[in-house]
Amino acid sequence: MNSIQLNNQGRLKHFLDIEGLNRKLLINILDIADSFLNIDTKAVKKVPLLRGKTVVNLFFEPSTRTRTTFELAGKRLSADVLNFNINNSSTSKGEALIDMLRNLEAMHCDMFVIRHNAGGAATFMAQHVAPHISIINAGDGQHAHPTQAMLDMFTIRQNKGDFAPLSVAIVGDILHSRVARSNIHALNILGVSEVRVVAPKTLIPTGIETLGVKVFNDLKKGLDGVDVIIMLRLQRERMKSALLPSAYEYFQSYGLTESALKVAHPDAIVMHPGPINRGVEIDSSVADGPRSVILQQVNNGVAIRMAVMAISLGAVSEQDSN
Amino acid sequence: MDTISIIEGRVIDPATNLDLVTDLHIADGKIIAIGNAPADFTAAKEINAKNKIVCPGFIDLSVRLREPGAEYKATIRSETEAAAKNGITTVCCPPDTDPVIDSPAIAELLQQRSAKAGMAKVLPLAALTKGLKGEHLAEMGILKQAGCIAVSDVRPIVNTNVLRHALEYAATCDLTVFLHPIDPWLGNSGCAHEGVVSTRLGLTAIPEQTETIAVARDLLLVENSGVRAHFCRLSSGKSVEMIQQAQDKGLAVTADVSIHHLLLSDIDIHLYDSQCKVCPPLRSSLDKQALGDGLKNNIINAICSDHQPHEAEAKLNPFSMAAAGISGLDTLLPQCLRFAEQMGMDLITILSYLTEKPAAILGIDAGTLQVGKVADICIFDPNKNWTLNQDTMYSMGKNSPFFGQELKAKVYFTIINGKVVYEYL
Repeated sequence: MNSIQLNNQGRLKHFLDIEGLNRKLLINILDIADSFLNIDTKAVKKVPLLRGKTVVNLFFEPSTRTRTTFELAGKRLSADVLNFNINNSSTSKGEALIDMLRNLEAMHCDMFVIRHNAGGAATFMAQHVAPHISIINAGDGQHAHPTQAMLDMFTIRQNKGDFAPLSVAIVGDILHSRVARSNIHALNILGVSEVRVVAPKTLIPTGIETLGVKVFNDLKKGLDGVDVIIMLRLQRERMKSALLPSAYEYFQSYGLTESALKVAHPDAIVMHPGPINRGVEIDSSVADGPRSVILQQVNNGVAIRMAVMAISLGAVSEQDSN
Repeated sequence: MDTISIIEGRVIDPATNLDLVTDLHIADGKIIAIGNAPADFTAAKEINAKNKIVCPGFIDLSVRLREPGAEYKATIRSETEAAAKNGITTVCCPPDTDPVIDSPAIAELLQQRSAKAGMAKVLPLAALTKGLKGEHLAEMGILKQAGCIAVSDVRPIVNTNVLRHALEYAATCDLTVFLHPIDPWLGNSGCAHEGVVSTRLGLTAIPEQTETIAVARDLLLVENSGVRAHFCRLSSGKSVEMIQQAQDKGLAVTADVSIHHLLLSDIDIHLYDSQCKVCPPLRSSLDKQALGDGLKNNIINAICSDHQPHEAEAKLNPFSMAAAGISGLDTLLPQCLRFAEQMGMDLITILSYLTEKPAAILGIDAGTLQVGKVADICIFDPNKNWTLNQDTMYSMGKNSPFFGQELKAKVYFTIINGKVVYEYL
């Protein structure tokens, strides 16, 4: 699946989806990200790897943290970065995505970072873009958010070292979550011992087990003994579409509180892709507590995105992690 | 006077169970003899059909002509011509044109323009409710007089009371109702069958119950009204079971399936192939198999192209934003033969789903090669392979998941009302 991510030599060309990538490549991305991690502590917070390259951020959905970390990542690699925040309603009525793509191509850019509410939008761009341009998926509908998954893997490795013995629970709106899907693929490719998803039946998509997860409808059973907990954001719209009765009831059953956390492994870490809804999916005391690595995730986001951008444009070789 | 003799073809007529290498003679628009010509007969045109199949012209139960309303996609002329070039001599046009076929004027426009084109015959399907809005009954009696062959909902009728009355009224007018079983709520924002594929690709799902709930509701109302009902484009195995139960009960219920639902499943979406976006969606491979079995067991009674031509841009979009539908006229015969091969079905049986059986659903005197019947005939070479591409595709819409594939069977002659309207050179 998604072999269009790789070029003829099997090198990463577009970064669209974790599914279909191999363990070696994922580890390589983590290693290269490691080498970028301390750039922001230096006096000159830049490396010249993408000097002369132009990166375009195309955000069809609102985003603060993903867009700014991509922008920062591009700038720290010395690329020129353009930001387009496109109101989706105006494009659906007017310019087609393919026309926008052609127009941007004419500006001689080297990379498009795209976030779009349609699953497969990044794949679509990669299928139709001029051959010299790389596409990075910054989130497509409910399909994939591969850089988020990689920064999550990076954070897990920082805290846990080895993936093999880990039991990981992903809790919340699995149905609508691209983060969940990409994390499930990444965790399985990196060979963790177990991936669980925890949610009410209304938020579990059909056949999710085939992606290599165990399904739990009960939070305490789902968290029992796990080493890593990945909480997902619950969108308010879910109450409108009759998937849940209320945010309050959701918090009662699936909110991560100190008490719920007790059943997990004593060293378990708590993650969240942000932005967090305090008192909806997670209690403030947990989000700000000693087990939380949420801010560490944000910090890692820049390094991971630098790694993915540099590899996709061939600025670092995939083996060279130093 | 147009007189034609078709010589030495393998004449197959499913309606009379005829499969014989023989001659067939046409005069005054009708078939006048099979075998020896009448003594005083001289043919103005002689067609050598050696090694070719001579069969009734195909009857396609669902062909979007796009005119009136979307002439940038296709026109009555372009699509009736494409149909004829593929051996399809009669097409039913669903009422969701713009304006909708809910007035005699639109029904007459379709018939007049198609008659003027002189290619495949067009049978308009009238709207069951005004504007297809599901609120008020369309003037079914008047629309029938204006040439509409049946009435159809196309879009889900939310108000069950309206649907119940519409079916009763259609029964009163002795009209067959073409029903598209789609629940108005379940999966209404979806774009792919609910299953492993939709979950993996993160596509909003259309559950099986979207169809089965509507089939159940519609069947209960059909039973109540006593109307003749035809269920259009079944996509799930469970629906086939439900239709079978209704037929076993003795209800006047028939069903059709599109050829692409017999050949493709949701797996074929692969990497968001928007050419595989259709409504109802391609379902699981088990559903595909059940549809094939349903056809074999004659629970499903016809195969149609569900022809929906689009301009290229309509498909040049991410999957969820792309238009639904396949341009199917050009692949109907070849893909039916491929399906028959997969199922181990003989030629006369597969051709029955394109000829006498759809004719019976429509209640028209067509789809057979009997002496005295209208000469709507297709002559094709079952062993002539060709590749589907921009140039070989006759429809104005080039949207097909089979693009670039090698197909079997090429139509050489199409005869409509005893006239050769198409000859492959």
